[in-house]
Amino acid sequence: MEDIDAIAALQDPVRRRLYEYVAAQGREVGRNEAAEAAGVARTLAAHHLDRLAEAGLLESGSRRLTGRSGPGAGRPAKVYTRARAERAVSLPARDYRTAAELLAEAAEQAGLDAGLWAAARSRGEALRGSAAPCGRLEEAMEMLAARGYEPYLEGAEDAGGATGAGARVVRMRNCPFHAVAERFPPLVCGMNLALLEGLLGTDGPVRARMDARPGECCVVVETSKNNRD
Amino acid sequence: MTASAHGAHLAELNVATLRHPLDDPRMAPFVEMLDPVNAAADGAPGFVWRLVEEGAADATALRPAGEDVIVNLTVWETQEALWDFTYRSGHLEVMRRRREWFERHVEAHLVLWWVPAGHLPSVGEALERLADLQAHGPSPRAFTFASSYTAAEAAQHLKDVPPAQREPAARSARPASAGDAAAV
Repeated sequence: MEDIDAIAALQDPVRRRLYEYVAAQGREVGRNEAAEAAGVARTLAAHHLDRLAEAGLLESGSRRLTGRSGPGAGRPAKVYTRARAERAVSLPARDYRTAAELLAEAAEQAGLDAGLWAAARSRGEALRGSAAPCGRLEEAMEMLAARGYEPYLEGAEDAGGATGAGARVVRMRNCPFHAVAERFPPLVCGMNLALLEGLLGTDGPVRARMDARPGECCVVVETSKNNRD
Repeated sequence: MTASAHGAHLAELNVATLRHPLDDPRMAPFVEMLDPVNAAADGAPGFVWRLVEEGAADATALRPAGEDVIVNLTVWETQEALWDFTYRSGHLEVMRRRREWFERHVEAHLVLWWVPAGHLPSVGEALERLADLQAHGPSPRAFTFASSYTAAEAAQHLKDVPPAQREPAARSARPASAGDAAAV
């Protein structure tokens, strides 16, 4: 299916709500849960979820959601996750990705890390404008969400855990620079960190820090150590 | 799939030329990260082995490739496991700051190759693979993240081209891409 057809599948508002809900969970979602979240009947949700899977926007699998197995456990339920493939449409046609890859390749070969990061930090500061450095994690999450990072809070519930009480961090499910970050990780992840440092500020109550994990953005945002309550 | 492909592990060597001696204060942030990052490697999914100097915690004092060149020699179950550790763990921060501590390399400084599971590569073997990559470009016996080969391809290559006749195989070599220069 062409990108434009896949994206067009999201025009239906129910389908779009279902897609956005599944994408935001970052885990497998069953039909009942998705139906409840979208406020529609299970059969309607199932229909639209399968259309989304056909369009390549979701991936489907089956799993026993109850954790039970053997006789009486029932049939495995169908579950959905967001597909990893990128979809993009540009009218007229544009190809910024090739430009980004070529520029990154040249920057890598010439060792221009510091220059790229300075530009990224300036851009982040410009995006923030005249606003004060970001004051709270919730505010940071709004800024990150607006830029497509898909932020979520981690460590909110497990006070007293290994990281200690109050050690909440904002993690991000999506890397907006994924394709180039995979090819040139230190260069592009460093650029991403500098951009977020500029956006959030480096001497305010919250700070961005490198903490890479498989499948997520390389940066976390946390309360600055000298600003913890 | 051959039996050897199933029982294959991925070996990795990278070399890095120090900008300052390790006891120089400018190198202190790197030296401080050695133990935690090495511990993360030891506990990483798919980690098999890393070279350490006898009686030491790491291999930084071994200088088989030059007095100011440190080497990192490791073995992993899969290429994905190595990639995730290299770029999706605390190791990424070391990579990000690499220009503060290491000279830029003109030639390839990271090489990957398949070894039979259980085989621990020697430093000499590892440096020979790096020299092969530098001389001939990526091939199934010496490649990079951006130009990788499967264990099955490496096993087939070994059958097709016995080591003694390897030289002519160089014409099939592809140029190393800049993506590989990303490693330390």
